[in-house]
Amino acid sequence: MGEEIKKIMHVVRTAPHGTIYPYEGLEMVLIMAAYEQEISMTFIGDGVYCLKKDQDTSKLAIKGFMKTLGVLEDYDVEKLFVDRISLEERGLTEEDLYVAVEVLESPAIGKLMAQQDVIIPH
Amino acid sequence: MRFGILLKEGPYNHQAADTAYHFVQAALKRGHEVEAVFLYNDGVYNANKLMSPPQDDRHIGKRWSELGANGVEILACIAAAKRRGITEEVLIENATITGLGQLTDIAIRVDRLVTFGD
Repeated sequence: MGEEIKKIMHVVRTAPHGTIYPYEGLEMVLIMAAYEQEISMTFIGDGVYCLKKDQDTSKLAIKGFMKTLGVLEDYDVEKLFVDRISLEERGLTEEDLYVAVEVLESPAIGKLMAQQDVIIPH
Repeated sequence: MRFGILLKEGPYNHQAADTAYHFVQAALKRGHEVEAVFLYNDGVYNANKLMSPPQDDRHIGKRWSELGANGVEILACIAAAKRRGITEEVLIENATITGLGQLTDIAIRVDRLVTFGD
């Protein structure tokens, strides 16, 4: 135990703010990042909206998580994958996103998932 | 095989709490090991001992508590629990409030972490 580094992928599938899933998901990612495992995040479906630039939750009177997204890099969570078709279906492009990501085709994401030791959906 | 369970939904409102329980029972019956059930998001409500369902219905909190007595750790995330008012005072027996670090340890240790939720 401990010697082997596990690949843990967090899959964000839900839109921001409508439910707490992506918010608490990010809290989980930040904790796990302290454990020196290979952490990645993949955004698919409505989950891609979580990365949209210029989100302002002040009128919703909720905290939001834009700041958290910004510090992922500081926590060494650098592998952020986004499903190309999910972006396209929602009229988004890479330029609309708040952080640097790697946009992949769905089969490539599937392949990555198959390589993981743990997958946690949010 | 060694399993860890992540339960992300509350009791009664969503089938996940039932399915997770039946999965654990089936796995144990087959001789597998279930190390822990980790409650996250609204899943922490599963550990609320104040729940009082009609007598002819299953008591989800009691079920988890019994599993806890039989050696499956029932763990509620402290951050998710605090947010929802699940404290030691209302916690079912044989459950523990703990941090996400423990979920990480479980994820690293077990052969499969199985998630139940939406």
